[in-house]
Amino acid sequence: MAIDMTEVQQLFYEESYEGLDNMESILLDLEVGTMDKEITNSIFRVVHSIKGGAGIFKFDRVVTFAHVAETLLDEMRNGQHVVTQHLIDLLLNSVDVLRMMLGSLQGEKTLIIKEVEACQHQLEAVLKKNQEIKTTSPEVSPVAATPAEPPPPPSLPVVTNSQKIWNIHFKPYPSLLKTGNDPLNLFRELSNLGELTVTVDTRNLPDFKELVAENCYLAWELNLCSSAELNEIQEIFEWVEGDCDLKITLTSESVPVSDRPPASELSGGVTESTPPEPDGRPTIATVEIPPLVASEPPQVVAATVHEQIPTPPQDSLKIESSPVVTIQEENASVLATSPAKVQIKESSSEKNNLSNTGQQHNSETSSIRVGIDKIDALINMVGELVITQSMLDQVGQSFDAARIIQLRDGLAQLERNTRELQESVMRIRMLPIGFSFNRFPRLVHDLSSQLGKKVELKLSGEHTELDKTVLEKMSDPLVHLVRNALDHGIEMPAQRLAAGKPEVGMLKLHAFHQSGSIIIQISDDGAGIDTDKVLQKARNLGLIHSEENLTEEQLYELIFHPGLSTATQVSDLSGRGVGMDVVRRNIRALGGTIDVKSKRGKGSTFNIRLPLTLAILDGQLVRIGHDIYILSLLSIIESLRVNPKYVNALAGRAEVYKLRDEYIPILRLYELFDIPATTTKLEEGLLVIVEGDGQKIGLFVDELLSQQQIVIKSLESNYKQIQGVSGATILGDGNVALILDVAGIIQLFHHRTNYLTRHHSIISSSHVATMTI
Amino acid sequence: MATQARNEMNGIEHNSMTNKYLTFVLATEEYAVDILRVQEIKGWSKVTPIPNTPDYIRGVINLRGTIVPIIDLRLRFSLDRLDYGQTTVVVVVKVVSGSRERIMGIVVDAVSDVYDVAENEIKPPPDFGSVISMKFIRGLATVNEKMVIILDIDRLLNSGELAIVEQHLTERMPAAMMN
Repeated sequence: MAIDMTEVQQLFYEESYEGLDNMESILLDLEVGTMDKEITNSIFRVVHSIKGGAGIFKFDRVVTFAHVAETLLDEMRNGQHVVTQHLIDLLLNSVDVLRMMLGSLQGEKTLIIKEVEACQHQLEAVLKKNQEIKTTSPEVSPVAATPAEPPPPPSLPVVTNSQKIWNIHFKPYPSLLKTGNDPLNLFRELSNLGELTVTVDTRNLPDFKELVAENCYLAWELNLCSSAELNEIQEIFEWVEGDCDLKITLTSESVPVSDRPPASELSGGVTESTPPEPDGRPTIATVEIPPLVASEPPQVVAATVHEQIPTPPQDSLKIESSPVVTIQEENASVLATSPAKVQIKESSSEKNNLSNTGQQHNSETSSIRVGIDKIDALINMVGELVITQSMLDQVGQSFDAARIIQLRDGLAQLERNTRELQESVMRIRMLPIGFSFNRFPRLVHDLSSQLGKKVELKLSGEHTELDKTVLEKMSDPLVHLVRNALDHGIEMPAQRLAAGKPEVGMLKLHAFHQSGSIIIQISDDGAGIDTDKVLQKARNLGLIHSEENLTEEQLYELIFHPGLSTATQVSDLSGRGVGMDVVRRNIRALGGTIDVKSKRGKGSTFNIRLPLTLAILDGQLVRIGHDIYILSLLSIIESLRVNPKYVNALAGRAEVYKLRDEYIPILRLYELFDIPATTTKLEEGLLVIVEGDGQKIGLFVDELLSQQQIVIKSLESNYKQIQGVSGATILGDGNVALILDVAGIIQLFHHRTNYLTRHHSIISSSHVATMTI
Repeated sequence: MATQARNEMNGIEHNSMTNKYLTFVLATEEYAVDILRVQEIKGWSKVTPIPNTPDYIRGVINLRGTIVPIIDLRLRFSLDRLDYGQTTVVVVVKVVSGSRERIMGIVVDAVSDVYDVAENEIKPPPDFGSVISMKFIRGLATVNEKMVIILDIDRLLNSGELAIVEQHLTERMPAAMMN
């Protein structure tokens, strides 16, 4: 069976990254001074599987490093180390080193050997302190190890004085196979330690019709003749601990020949266990596992499972898609070539998050893991589409006026199918935001210790889904905001106590859906924004005139201005005043908005509003003059007919509309866009109140047309970006319509009014300049 | 990099090479573009105007799902406006802009012919100080005793308002204020 090693290797990378992410989050949860065996165990397993996997591919450096880390974790697990902050940091560092090594193996990162060695030395130093109780023999590297001695003939074991006979009672729980463990691997490991005799107990096999293919009904009695110590054997059963009944007993120090089963039973090496017969119980088949020989992939267990139970294809799909399929070693070939070789995981949400983070490292292939439910929905919908198509086809073949109702029904159905199909296809691109949130615990941990602050991070709404592209582009702005909150927002513990606040600062990241967009909130309970400082700085920079009175919103708006930072000291984290404007620009580029609310001494909250997807938007078609433009429905607050008595003129030129208790500036789009208008009288058109960047403005349009879903097309690909226009789309009649960018229009409007007031006199003479070639 | 790509496409390095050129008429003069750059020729159809752009940018059209800007060459060269008629066509061309390619349409009075022009027959244009800036002209060639002006469309369609580098808003404001 040919094995595509690169594919298996890819799996190894993905799973290792998943494991490392997992390990990182566990480490961050680990509290100093505690000793939770379960937690250390799960960390140990991660390192152990990386070591095992790396061994297969002969990544010796990884194996060596993982081994040292593993030894340390093993000792921790045995209670030989107390968890200290130093230890946690050291292990976090190991996570980074392992990531770097894996990255370099993939050719994405460069390996800095010094770092690896430094980390390894540190680990070894910790180990040395506990030298006297150190038990694990250094060369044990279960998977990578090749049999040290030539295999002795099965029936005549060579017994030396130091050898002991271990009796192992191994009865897996039915669910063992679901966790991706394969008893065969364990036996192979054991056979590396010495002479192994395996007796299978098939008593528990149910009748064939009651048999569930995924369950493990077998139990084994193993006799191991080896010089190995108890802990070495236990180590092999590490992964299945908790999934089986395991009893390891020492029967004797030397091997009497009579203890061995008769040679005749063993001949043939592998005896297939026979299918159970109701009357033939208990049936016990003996399986002799030959010591590992590279050329002979031992597929005994896998093979027996598959042969005993004729597995229907969908069952193997289930096996494939169960959340924790660990494919290891040669057996990978058995699983990997099973019919449903789809890289789809059942969307057990937590696992999904982890796998997504694993994906992050593999950005160049830019693949996406999709829940099988989403795929199923798609397949259903395509099925329906095919039915509709054939129905329409039939109508079309013999068409007469009487069938027009049928045709109309068919078209209605087609429309529904198309819409549903479109929605489900869009859903494929949706990923939970947890993918992006996951990195923050580590970031906050590192930064807070660097800054000497105490911070608790709370994440909520991690399952909120949004478009993959949006998600990826949001990562950097989010990191920036979190850094800002830590650096500027949350105060030093002493300051907090003095202000009567709890010593530990609180940083919250919250995501949720709200009317077709996603909102991400980043809030801290720190010092808040010092509006006086902002004002001072803005005046110094000449952004505002000293006599200008600003509203609170306008003040906060200032922090997004380039060059403005209120940090008294520039640190390596932030304070250079380049960040917030970049953050806002990135968010705007995604069609989103950001605003901030802050209370001095209480903290600040940043609200980011983003569209769910970039490819499609709900649009309102409006007519201005003879052209059709599109406004995003999300930006529209209301549309109204103008009552002339509420229109006021400001400073001679600008118009405002009094809407309830607000004055809203009126923007005549035909003027701004310099297009011929059908009407210039406000009361003959409509005023569409829109909001962008926290400001409201009334757009004067001639007419509101239909609302429809708009597929966004880029203007930039063949032309360039245009201020006030976020893209274009193709209408039903094939014509192009421009999509208006409300925030951009408001900016344009402000520029124009400023321009008009400042340069009113020179306008008439300067406009010719740009027209020359 | 862009220049290199351009040179290769126009075959400047191979002087003896003969290239095919599509010619079109613009105010009685005959202009030529490398035929390999021509994607298609289509009749004039309604465009969607883009606000706040100079009038030579007529707008955008839907060319099988992509949005393509349409440039009126007469207006670009500050020639008199001519009403679009039966022969008015849009020549859709591929333009190298920096590291990428853009598709644009140019409106001309009429298409004329396809000529073979040897590279060494292309003469540098004399500086006759005409309305058309010399930098958009690659050279002059004589075909059938007629003068053909060979355009450098990459320069032409990456200049001014069509440049990829965004111009600052305030520089554009006067154009918007025109009427």
